[in-house]
Amino acid sequence: MKFGVVVFPGSNCDYDTFHALQNVMGQETVFLWHKEHDLQRVDCVVLPGGFSYGDYLRSGAIARFSPIMREVKKFADSGGLVLGICNGFQILLEAGLLPGAMLRNKNLKFLCQHVHIRIENNRTAFSNAGHRGQVLRIPIAHFDGNYYAPPDLLSGLEKNGQIIFRYCDEKGKLSEAANVNGSVHSIAGLINRQGNVLGMMPHPERAAEKILGSEDGKIIFQSILNYLEKKKGTGKKKATRGVRPAVSPLPPLIGTS
Amino acid sequence: MKVRILVSLKESVLDPQGQTVKNALHTLGYNQIKDVRQGKVFEIELEGLGRSEAEKIIPEIADRVLANPIIEKFIWEILEA
Repeated sequence: MKFGVVVFPGSNCDYDTFHALQNVMGQETVFLWHKEHDLQRVDCVVLPGGFSYGDYLRSGAIARFSPIMREVKKFADSGGLVLGICNGFQILLEAGLLPGAMLRNKNLKFLCQHVHIRIENNRTAFSNAGHRGQVLRIPIAHFDGNYYAPPDLLSGLEKNGQIIFRYCDEKGKLSEAANVNGSVHSIAGLINRQGNVLGMMPHPERAAEKILGSEDGKIIFQSILNYLEKKKGTGKKKATRGVRPAVSPLPPLIGTS
Repeated sequence: MKVRILVSLKESVLDPQGQTVKNALHTLGYNQIKDVRQGKVFEIELEGLGRSEAEKIIPEIADRVLANPIIEKFIWEILEA
């Protein structure tokens, strides 16, 4: 599979993400400069962490106007997989590819620490390699990660199974203390209604090797690979069998379990 | 034409920065301070626009770029015509 890591001025997790995808996961990976107009036929676009445009105005607010974001939006609208990590999540929110907004952390501190997150829905393109209720240990590093959505939007997210990760303690219990940045409903990661765009504040690329203290982040990348392989595999069968329809339909991108 | 746009968090959104400023003011003895909300100020110079055009464009840019309508609201005033 081919991954594209978008590089904005101020991105600083681009190389970590590239390393995790290419060297740890063994996938072809390319950088996509924010001024480009071509996504180079990648299977999945990753918006990495960092401080695009110095976080001026609001985190992610300026990056959404970069030329490449027009292509990312088209790609997402046509069902392409898009993963936004940290600042990438903030950009997806500002670009309207995901609902809601980010506020400053509740304690007004930049938080750089390992946290635990719980998989709330594993029937998605980004979480199928894990199981529901599984606790992952993945670091965060952000100032504006206090996710906010108005009550009506929030109830929709809950109902549709769009909340994929919640901050929890090491046993998987939710609490105010474990919800380090103050996000509504302890939300650490969510997907769009169609299920092909995920935003998450924790950094899976920083938890993809034993030497880094955790390999839990690989579950997100492996899920994407599982999904893409299944999708491509189904496509191949379709081609060789000619008129016969594909035996198994595409795996559901999103489902509430 | 000079315009000033004030962007601040909606009343329904908690403003921890404003709260912290309020607490600091209380520490200094200004106990009359009931609430503080913090925001951003934009001073913008426009040219080649009539007043009616400006009145159309200003809320548009505030809504599209300067403020995030999910969490923020804005007010604006023309300082110099």
